[in-house]
Amino acid sequence: MNILMLGWELPPHNSGGLGVACYHMSKALALAGSSIDFVLPYKAHHPKTEFMRIHAATSLQPLHRNGMGAYDAPDVITDALHRKPSEGLTTIRDVQARYVQFVEELVEHTKPAAIHAHDWLTMEAGMRAKEITGAPLIVHVHATEFDRAGNSYGNPLVHEIEEQGLLMADRIIAVSEITKGIIVHHYGIPADKIEVVYNALDTATLEDGYQYNDKTYKYLEFLKQEGYTIAATITRFTLQKGLIQFMQAAAHACERYDKLVFLLAGDGEQRDELLQLSADYGIADKVYFTGFVRGQQWRDAYTVADIFVMSSVSEPFGLTALEAAHHDNALIITKQSGVGEVLSHIFRYDFWDTDKLADQMVAIATSKALKYELTQNVKQEYTRISWDSVAQQCIRMYQQLSGRVMA
Amino acid sequence: MYQDVPAVIRKGYGVSKKGIVLYLHVHQPWRVKDYSVFHTASEHEYFNDTSGTDRNNGKVFLKVAEKSYRPMNRLLKQLLDTQPDFKVSLSITGTFVEQAELYAPDVLEDFKALVATGRVEIVAETYYHSLAFFYSREEFERQVAMHKEMVERVFGVTPTAFRNTELSYYDEIGKWADQAGYKAVLAEGWDPILAGRTPNRVYQPPGTEHIRLLTKNYRLSDDIAFRFGNKGWEQWPLSASSYEQWLNEALNGGDIVNLFMDYETFGEHQWEDTGIFEFFSKFVSEWATRDDVGFYTVTGAAETFDSAGELSMPYTVTWADTERDLSAWLGNTMQHEAMRHIYNLEADVLRSGDVNLIGDWRRLQTSDHTYYMCTKWFHDGDVHAYFSPYNSPYDAFLYYMNAVRDVRFRLMAYHGSTHGDL
Repeated sequence: MNILMLGWELPPHNSGGLGVACYHMSKALALAGSSIDFVLPYKAHHPKTEFMRIHAATSLQPLHRNGMGAYDAPDVITDALHRKPSEGLTTIRDVQARYVQFVEELVEHTKPAAIHAHDWLTMEAGMRAKEITGAPLIVHVHATEFDRAGNSYGNPLVHEIEEQGLLMADRIIAVSEITKGIIVHHYGIPADKIEVVYNALDTATLEDGYQYNDKTYKYLEFLKQEGYTIAATITRFTLQKGLIQFMQAAAHACERYDKLVFLLAGDGEQRDELLQLSADYGIADKVYFTGFVRGQQWRDAYTVADIFVMSSVSEPFGLTALEAAHHDNALIITKQSGVGEVLSHIFRYDFWDTDKLADQMVAIATSKALKYELTQNVKQEYTRISWDSVAQQCIRMYQQLSGRVMA
Repeated sequence: MYQDVPAVIRKGYGVSKKGIVLYLHVHQPWRVKDYSVFHTASEHEYFNDTSGTDRNNGKVFLKVAEKSYRPMNRLLKQLLDTQPDFKVSLSITGTFVEQAELYAPDVLEDFKALVATGRVEIVAETYYHSLAFFYSREEFERQVAMHKEMVERVFGVTPTAFRNTELSYYDEIGKWADQAGYKAVLAEGWDPILAGRTPNRVYQPPGTEHIRLLTKNYRLSDDIAFRFGNKGWEQWPLSASSYEQWLNEALNGGDIVNLFMDYETFGEHQWEDTGIFEFFSKFVSEWATRDDVGFYTVTGAAETFDSAGELSMPYTVTWADTERDLSAWLGNTMQHEAMRHIYNLEADVLRSGDVNLIGDWRRLQTSDHTYYMCTKWFHDGDVHAYFSPYNSPYDAFLYYMNAVRDVRFRLMAYHGSTHGDL
């Protein structure tokens, strides 16, 4: 079956989980016999993607370097490119327009059996392809503008594109029940049009010969020997991620137990505010900011941590929690994070309940038994979800829809 | 009392020539490089940036040497050689001398030559240009003693006047300096403190025996230090004769005009193309050849003029920004956190006996570090932005705190467990 996959990024040129999910899903689909044309808005080399045909809609550099990544703040929509404009494409809207044009030309030659569009970035192209080819459109929602704006309406233009795309879709995939609820309640889509397909963790890619280097975070290793517990998060520092509340909880926790430190790996528009807050709360010396991490530093951040906190105000899924579990972290996850739906052996809290998060961090830090149980048991859970089953769900959907449309 | 006799009557006695005190502050901090969490505990060099940025101390020093230290020292030497009445006072920090010895020994030789004329006074201060007075009196006294030893070793003179970092001053500092035997102490001549009195007289701090307080005439100082090259200023371009005229007017109701400013005003803050050197040369030459006025060193002024009475500064006043307080250094929580953590380490650091560790800890006390963390961008923000080598005050804070943590790590080698204090 020929699938037209409309994406915005793939590893290693991704700015977050969207690219990772698209990669593994496509790979699993290809292994299950699908033939995939994957369209990207930029031109770059992507290793280990022989299983599909990648099409570059523009000859731009990977977009996350230009402030037009999948996760950049919505205000960049009209902002000029940070770098020298090329091809006359200066805003993300320009790039999207070119992307649509490219897809229009592409479907002239190859008619897909199904069109699979990921998030608002590619929804317009998906609608256009459906219009031209008559193939069914599946809109895959990894995050909505409602999530990105931290539980608010967000950018009206983005919201409108999402509304249209969701309306025009023949079927919608939501990455969690939480996301499904948002699509129903904030976009007015009937629930029976939406299917929940959880993301998975591809443990094979994590078993790539990685070895922990205890020199990377030498100071944190030294603190651990001194009996300190490290609570970490690896994320973008944006409103969506609830880090202000995390910082408040950190301060509360330190009042009760002083051998706790906090590793904030990542970067984003809230960094300065978070630094300032750490000083305001008098815990600046207990909070570590790494900046954006990749490769060894990224993996080692998980490994050096004892507790992984997903503090999101609104998180459609949250793959990082599974990655953290794989690195033996005990998980504390907000009830507003989709990944919590597939896990039982975790602590949960509402993103605003900073006292509860503080309690949970102190509880793990002060009980070896609790930490052991949490870390060991959660590992049994995430291994049950696989990208193969995700692919099976998708294929079933393609078949149903193409049959229906043809009939 | 004699000091209550109006100046106009004393003038009739021909006691002393009125004059100006020119005092220049010479300082360079050891800026912290982009010291990340990945450096922490792995390598202990905080000040060795080799990038093309202004965190590269050697690069900055050589740049300022070329633009300011070398040409200004040349000019001062020439004026001292040709104008026998010309006098100037300098304060030179220990961190400056360390960097001069390392990066441009000729600059230090030039300063030595100035002091050797006998008409250049070196004013005492903390070796590390720190705010130690406000955190640890013992550490403060150690740093003043270190500075004194450095001045004696390098310049062969013993300071007799004192200035605290950034001209930060309140009554306690006056008392301390008096008890330490200094003849003069410097402060900002800030209007709310003077309360109608002139900055152009010599005062006495309350509760002191011998010391005299000299207050900066900030208007006339800032005409040179801040406004000289500003083409939007209504007095631009400032000529030596206009400036002399303003000084004459100021001296009409006083004995001395205290012109206090950064040494780097000449060539660095005011670039050569503003004509600052020509202005200074002309002004000094004209002033020095007049019979009715003169130049005084800081101590010279304190010894020459009688006190116009007691001047109390109950709250800390500095020479910075429109607030004239410590808010540029200790105005936000990041700055307070940084200082709290660095001074908390005092006992452990000193107990280690490790000279490198103690030196690094002290270099981290230099007030410039917290100045770079200043977030009051309005009004004064442009000045702060110009003087910061970091992209933001948050970057400054981040790298500084990592360095503080590394100092703690190094302390482990001496004292074992941290006992709950990170």
